[in-house]
Amino acid sequence: MKVEMPGAPQNMPWWIDPLLLTVCNLALAFAFSALLVWFIGESPPAIAAELLRGAFGSAEAVGYTLFYATNFIFTGLAVAVAYHCGLFNIGGEGQAYIGGLGLGLAALYLDFLPFPLLLLAAMLAAALFGAGWSLVPAVLQARRGSHVVITTIMFNFIAAALMNYLLVNVLIKPGSMSPETRVFADSTHLPMVHDMAAAVGLTLSASPLNLSFFIALLCCVAVWLFLWHMPWGYEVRTVGGNPRAAVYAGISPSRCIILAMCLSGGLAGLLSLNEILGSQHRLLIEFTAGYGFVGIAVALMGRSHPAGIVLAAILFGALYQGGAELAYTFERISKDIVIVIQGLVILFTGALGFMLRPPLGAACAKIFSGGGRAVA
Amino acid sequence: MCKTFGAVRANDDISLALAKGKIHGIVGENGAGKTTLMNVLYGCQRADAGEIYINGARRSLRSSAAAIRAGIGMVHQHFMLVDNFSVLENIMLGCERGMFLGANSPGPRQARAELQRLAAEYALHADPDALTGDLPVGAQQRVEMLKTLVRGAEILILDEPTGVLTPQEADDLFRILRVIRGQGKTVVLITHKLREIMAVSDRVTVMRDGRVVAVRETEDTSAGELSELMVGRAVVMEYSAAPPRDSGAALTVKNLRVRDRQRVVRVRDVNLSLRSGEILGVAGVAGNGQSELLEALAGMCKVDGGEIIFHRGGGEGDGGGQGEAAAGSSPSQLRAAGIAHVPEDRRATGMVAVENASHAAILGYHCEAQYRRGQTPRGIFFDWPFISAQTRRRMDEFDVRPPLPEIRAAQFSGGNQQKLILAREMVREPRVLLIGQPTRGVDIGAIEFIHRKILALRDQGSAILLVSVELEEILALADRIAVMFNGAVVGETPAAAADEKQLGRWMAGVRDES
Repeated sequence: MKVEMPGAPQNMPWWIDPLLLTVCNLALAFAFSALLVWFIGESPPAIAAELLRGAFGSAEAVGYTLFYATNFIFTGLAVAVAYHCGLFNIGGEGQAYIGGLGLGLAALYLDFLPFPLLLLAAMLAAALFGAGWSLVPAVLQARRGSHVVITTIMFNFIAAALMNYLLVNVLIKPGSMSPETRVFADSTHLPMVHDMAAAVGLTLSASPLNLSFFIALLCCVAVWLFLWHMPWGYEVRTVGGNPRAAVYAGISPSRCIILAMCLSGGLAGLLSLNEILGSQHRLLIEFTAGYGFVGIAVALMGRSHPAGIVLAAILFGALYQGGAELAYTFERISKDIVIVIQGLVILFTGALGFMLRPPLGAACAKIFSGGGRAVA
Repeated sequence: MCKTFGAVRANDDISLALAKGKIHGIVGENGAGKTTLMNVLYGCQRADAGEIYINGARRSLRSSAAAIRAGIGMVHQHFMLVDNFSVLENIMLGCERGMFLGANSPGPRQARAELQRLAAEYALHADPDALTGDLPVGAQQRVEMLKTLVRGAEILILDEPTGVLTPQEADDLFRILRVIRGQGKTVVLITHKLREIMAVSDRVTVMRDGRVVAVRETEDTSAGELSELMVGRAVVMEYSAAPPRDSGAALTVKNLRVRDRQRVVRVRDVNLSLRSGEILGVAGVAGNGQSELLEALAGMCKVDGGEIIFHRGGGEGDGGGQGEAAAGSSPSQLRAAGIAHVPEDRRATGMVAVENASHAAILGYHCEAQYRRGQTPRGIFFDWPFISAQTRRRMDEFDVRPPLPEIRAAQFSGGNQQKLILAREMVREPRVLLIGQPTRGVDIGAIEFIHRKILALRDQGSAILLVSVELEEILALADRIAVMFNGAVVGETPAAAADEKQLGRWMAGVRDES
């Protein structure tokens, strides 16, 4: 997966690539978005101001932004862990969906447990179900060489069909018409951030932001420790960087593939912690709403590094939240336009992420050519 | 005819004049800019500045197609042939002349006639209907040359043409080059083998660090002078080594068979023995099973039959005592047992190019307790400051430049990457060191350093199995030499009694009559 990118001089400061390039890509995406908005007949500055206000203008807005960001952190981390093993896991959507099933079952049937135990059980169930859903593609990749891109995306469809069946026929609340379970017992609900703040005497307006935001941040630290400070992560990155070198070093690529995919699926499964146990309080159809796919863009933009993923997740959270506000405020801006803007960001930061690299590299090489040290 | 051009960085303000009807040699260490220069001439890369004149007319070669039209032909180091095409089809590739390729269509008919004419004119024989992949390497190279001549090349560039040839095949090539010269065409020969330059060229250009440092008429110079010019100082390639101490068998290989993924037998019934304090050189033309032998010994691929025994503790006498069967052992088990392996292709196998030097410095040994926090096997985190400091010390010890553990492995030159890997495998003083192509793509200064390190390890009592396609290297280092051809060992001799002609015959697959 990892290739030497062209056009990067060797003596550039390290931050040029992850930071400056990303900023330039974003600027390009926003410039195209502004053109689009102007073409529709709205004023780009007004839209931008409204987008910012909608995402960060109040404690409530920030709460919503971070709530969405939590989803993106989980799915972004999922994509990143697999990426470091050289795998492109695009099945985050299905793994999150099935993870939600595990979490939902725990919340429905273990609600007699005290909250800390229930939280632990729910997290374990979500992660295990998510991991289990990625296990089959992982084993197929490791043992038979079936490409995970193909198998994980097929597993998304299987997950959707399975959940449809279960929610319509098995888990549905008796007497209800909509395919969703009963509301979980109050004792299972994750504490809201505004409630937690109130407990220490701070007043924050209500938002769906809940405890899982902090769990997501802990997961970032855990992923960072795993990948860069533990021998397992070392082996995973070796397999991702050069599978032949892994064999040479006595590392089993298939074991690493299975490990990385299961961790990836487990992280995706934890999405339901935020969405289901934190906000919806019941298992419902299609609660994943594409977060699994946006996670790919988040991981790409965040350069598969936990710190970058947090920043990228907040950006996408802001686009989700601010974008929803836009559709209310401007009559010419529909929800679809907001999705187009999000798509442009994904296009320029993800798909075309390295388009600006050669010219930027050349420009920086001119600036820094005096100070850089030559590497023989 | 004159070409001048100047470019920056890889090629710094180079001027080169090629005379028609001459064989022009270009020598230089790896990274001296030879290949870049030729890529610019062939239109693969564009020069930042400078001009190219052919027969007095300025030409801009924006693509290889333009270079071909200008009469420049190139034979790459790695052949650009389609294995499952016939020779004729390969030669027509890119100039088919028409949509239909039946035997009687104008394109193939013309090509076949042309081929016959050229074969007669240049004594370049090739069966137009043979399947290219079935041909021996020397014949494939002739196909490459025919390809360029069919396209009307007046200037023929050959990049490291003898790397894959036996000495006899190389002599054959030089004979053909002289014929081509006789036809008034110009030949450019890029190589780092001075013996060949001395044998065949008329004039030599020496490159170093992207510059032309000297141009000499071949008859006025010597291999010694050229190698000094290439490196910038005198080079010693002969080592005075103590006779090997016989301290017992270290490795015995019995009837080893290895098949590749396509179930093709790559190593057939190889028997070898290796004693402690001895270097066994395995020579042969690339692709005759040496790579697979090395990988099988290192536990990297499945063994199809036979035995590999690494003897424990270098037992006294003639290698009896307790053996340790190793067929089927994993690379990590072998490392733990003191079997180190320097792979043939350092970039593709020995390191992860995108990770830093510290990562490379512990690869394969990353499970050792010393690298864990608290220096215990129970530690679950790496102790990166310790790893980095140790890497730094080893880089100093093995003269890796720059000695910066935090730099990505890909950013070191080939020689420095190799020294980094050698440091990793050698500091543990392994019982057996398996080492493949230790100096491939390494500059002369580093070659000398690496050779001395290998000899020093032998003198400490390690058993070393050296696989190399450089016969000179084997002759300089090995105590015994085995030659492989088509997966089998065709001959074995003590190095002292080795005769280059004999080795060359073995490399071509000719067994001794007995």
